[in-house]
Amino acid sequence: MIEQRVVEPPQLFEAEKETQFITGSEAVREAIRRANVEMAISYPITPQSESMHLVGDLFAEGYIKEYFRGENEFAVMSSVAGAAMGGVRVFTATGGPGTLRAFEAFSTWAGARLPIVCAFMTRGINSPLTIQPDTIEMAFMLDTGIIMLHAETAQDLHDMILRSFMIAEQTEVHIPVGVFVDGFFVTHTRDKVDIAPADMKLPPYDPYSSPVPVMDMENVPFRQMRDPFVMKSNYVSYSAHASWQQEVMAAAERARKYIHQYLGDLIETEYPDADILLIASGTAVSQSREAMAMARSEGFSVGLVKIKSIRPFPEKEIRELVRNAKAVIVPEFNRVGWLAREIKSVAEDTTKIVAGPRVYGGMTMPPNMIMDEIRRCSI
Amino acid sequence: MSLTEYRVLPGPESYLPPAAASMGVVLPDKGSALVEGGIVLKEEAMEKIVDKLLTAKNPVFFPGPLVLWAWKEGVAEKAKAIKEMAEAVGAKIIPMPDYRPKYPMINPAIEINPNHPNLTIWHNKIDACIFVGVHCHYANVALKMIRGGTDCYTMALCSEAGHEDAMISLRDFRIEDLYTMTEMIKKRKGEGK
Repeated sequence: MIEQRVVEPPQLFEAEKETQFITGSEAVREAIRRANVEMAISYPITPQSESMHLVGDLFAEGYIKEYFRGENEFAVMSSVAGAAMGGVRVFTATGGPGTLRAFEAFSTWAGARLPIVCAFMTRGINSPLTIQPDTIEMAFMLDTGIIMLHAETAQDLHDMILRSFMIAEQTEVHIPVGVFVDGFFVTHTRDKVDIAPADMKLPPYDPYSSPVPVMDMENVPFRQMRDPFVMKSNYVSYSAHASWQQEVMAAAERARKYIHQYLGDLIETEYPDADILLIASGTAVSQSREAMAMARSEGFSVGLVKIKSIRPFPEKEIRELVRNAKAVIVPEFNRVGWLAREIKSVAEDTTKIVAGPRVYGGMTMPPNMIMDEIRRCSI
Repeated sequence: MSLTEYRVLPGPESYLPPAAASMGVVLPDKGSALVEGGIVLKEEAMEKIVDKLLTAKNPVFFPGPLVLWAWKEGVAEKAKAIKEMAEAVGAKIIPMPDYRPKYPMINPAIEINPNHPNLTIWHNKIDACIFVGVHCHYANVALKMIRGGTDCYTMALCSEAGHEDAMISLRDFRIEDLYTMTEMIKKRKGEGK
């Protein structure tokens, strides 16, 4: 283990970087190596298994204080909740059916104001059984209350995981962050990733600035409950629960400022004033970028919007961009088109939005599919 | 109502008022504070709090667990300073010792609970209150309910990032600020204002 020193977050994030040619899973390991994580809990599921295996290696090397395998995904996510309630910085990852198996836990994390960082290496949902790339699980996750970031590349994955701890642990935010990445396309391919020196790590988490009491033996001795109200049927219970839910949504709103601070912004744009905008997230951005280059070389006016934050959603930014475009194309790696729905929910004129092209079940998306839509929109 | 027009004012606002953060109200940066949803300088907000406390018919301080137990160094001193500030105002102190809902109900004459704060406010006819030493999540849960169901003017002295759901909110509130406000109150009272 390399002797590490705690540095202020900007010092780590802006440090001189070394470029490594590594897989997305290895990028996860390098983020966690520098994140001052105290505890990680894992359960294997493809395509996430290698990431948490590599995090386990970090435990063996001494970078993490505690690491174990849970009985299943629900047990892992519940154990992670316990760790966070006890005041430690904790990390885990899952994907696909594992996400759904643990599903109840994610709303519980948000409701309990736990600053857990979890990576979701997305894959198809059964049935029939598949282990292939697909982002459909993100549709299920949209209303769990957690912050959702979507990585396009291994660099994004590394940066988003490392910086998510700083976003999640702000007192006024203090809800979980899910860093989603398209399984296999990013986790199992190599890419150049710029990484800060390994002798630097983030400052430790201070649980005593939490908006809810940390459940350890040093804290003030009062009774608390983070899953209350279900046992009573009266106005007080309903009203308190409603206010509680509003507060979790408010916490996500407050995260916008910190996503801006640590990740640049909720979106990135290329040629935002173009007639046709391709709006995408995850690896659909890479395919869209290829299509944009092809289209522009043929004289089409095409721009690109990369959405990095799905929750909170960049409503104002997208509304403004859609307003100024003649047509909007939303390529996605799932059958339901959840991103197109999101965009339509904030756009003033939904008739200009093309909810596709879409591929799923593990299919790749040739840029020509997107080009076909660009040609159709240009007629 | 558009998001930018939303103001955090005494209620009763509605059956289920929104979180102010969801209506476009943002927390202040260091050195600033919130007054009714707008960002002002900290000093201006402190003056406003003194005004509200001294003109209220029945101002009450609601100290929470973070200042009710000497769980870390400096807390006892802070609690003493809060008591001195309340005494300078002539305000009552009703503690929030517990975050769990109590059944069948709390005794509203002597305590407040974040899950049903309005019982205490209605029972004691409280028209201005100070939240201090309450964990941020529980303060926000309660502040929204108070705005929804009462006309009480809410103020939060927060040692963290502040509260959009209070009518006035200070952030990074330290013991020195308590001393300053107590002096402001004594001076104002001495001037007969």
